[in-house]
Amino acid sequence: MPDKDDTLPDEARRALLKGAAAGAAIAPAMVVASPAGAMAAPAAPPGNPHLATVDLTINDRRERVTVDTRTTLLDTLRNHLGLTGSKKGCDHGQCGACTVLVGGRRTLSCLTLATMVREAVTTIEGIATADGMLHPMQQAFIDQDAFQCGYCTPGQIVSAIACVREGHARSDDEIREYMSGNLCRCAAYPHIVAAINQAKTQMEKA
Amino acid sequence: MRPFAYSRPDDVATAVRMATPPMPKAIAPTSAPAQFIAGGTLILDLMKLDTMRPERLVDINGLAPALGAIQSGPHALRLGALVRMSQLADDATVNRDYPVIAQTMQLAAAAQLRNMASLGGNVLQRTRCQYFRDPSWQQCNKRHPGSGCAALGGVNRKHAVLGVSDTCIAEYPGDFAQALVALGASVETQGPAGARTIPFERLHRGPDTPDVETVLNPGELITGFVVPAGPWTRRSAYLKVRDRQSYAFALASAAVALDMDGDTVREARIGLGGVAYRPWRAHEAEAALKGKRLDAATATAAARAAFAGARPHEHNAYKVDLGQRTLVRALLQVGRMEMPA
Repeated sequence: MPDKDDTLPDEARRALLKGAAAGAAIAPAMVVASPAGAMAAPAAPPGNPHLATVDLTINDRRERVTVDTRTTLLDTLRNHLGLTGSKKGCDHGQCGACTVLVGGRRTLSCLTLATMVREAVTTIEGIATADGMLHPMQQAFIDQDAFQCGYCTPGQIVSAIACVREGHARSDDEIREYMSGNLCRCAAYPHIVAAINQAKTQMEKA
Repeated sequence: MRPFAYSRPDDVATAVRMATPPMPKAIAPTSAPAQFIAGGTLILDLMKLDTMRPERLVDINGLAPALGAIQSGPHALRLGALVRMSQLADDATVNRDYPVIAQTMQLAAAAQLRNMASLGGNVLQRTRCQYFRDPSWQQCNKRHPGSGCAALGGVNRKHAVLGVSDTCIAEYPGDFAQALVALGASVETQGPAGARTIPFERLHRGPDTPDVETVLNPGELITGFVVPAGPWTRRSAYLKVRDRQSYAFALASAAVALDMDGDTVREARIGLGGVAYRPWRAHEAEAALKGKRLDAATATAAARAAFAGARPHEHNAYKVDLGQRTLVRALLQVGRMEMPA
């Protein structure tokens, strides 16, 4: 179980850390997460062109958020929906730590505006089964010791799953080429290749 | 990033209307208040850097039904502007009949970016010159016409040696454009003044007006590309030389397509990347090869002709040599390709 505060939006967490609960305006986006169907969240106030109400499907859950038009999918996930698994590395589309699946395609959530998303999103939080059984790729990263600090790992795993599904994991060279958008400053690369090879076999059997 | 309004039209005409400023001729297209967004990989990066500051983004992804197809016919290959790079990279027909195009996709960026970036946006990608990208540099003729060029006396290892001027030596970073320019493709657009077709070689402007990078008008949208079929398209390849083996921009690259009669070159089509201010067709090298037997000597002579007008600066003189070697290797490699009967 994560620490309770970790589930709060960043703004709220910061406000709590500052001890500013009394009277401090905790005003992240208006968020209503609901099971499929009922959606009762407020729409963007009319007349403000810089706000947008966005309907997203994240890990099979429907979410409605009202955000500044500038808000990336990454910031929406992390700051407004409490899904902090996707990491912010460079925030410029260079490191791959923010990789999620949009419509099944691996996508950089830091260079995607939340308002532009029309297809279902899968993040690292949606990879394991509901009863907590790890995805073969997650298990392979553990088995093969495919990370050290772990910061790039959510992006690596999401990207690696797509790499196998695309059919771009047929050799070590091909894995290296098609995983080149995910940087690892600990340089766990050889172990990442081994993990993808391990998971590939299981994913193909499944 | 500065605030902007967002809209998502369903048809090309509405998109063009939304993006057209009241006085289109008075503004450089990249400075226009409204900008199109497709993949977002270029413009959101530059907006985060505060290098581009649009007040409105017109999301054109809703136009994918009209602009998202790859169509190969007997006379031409048509590519919709909203085809994604990964889609083109994996297209079986393009890999067989226009390998140079598929290879420019496979060797560009990384998998995530290729899933996102559209072909229309790809050809409009802006230079990687750090003095342009980082607005804390005062001198940049692209950002502030007349302010000077910090790259001339700065770190210019990755800058251009062909087609440069004393006002700008920024390199054009793209790969796809080199295949398009080599194969004599054209660009189809729709703008405030209607639809038009522009030879790809004339899409990008030279460095005399660094802030105006293309002949497009504000509000004018690239809708697609037409690549004429020819006897040279199957015998073609893209060679890209980089600091890293993957996920890096070209230091030098060559897009080569050859029509051969035995060992003799009937016609050569050559685009050069990583070395020039804009997508660069090496006409001099093509002329030097026409009617010649292709071997190391003629390839070297052609490469020398291609770089005869090179103007290197302090840190990029190596590109004159590297660019020639890259072209020679690409020519010999394409000359050796085995063609199905």
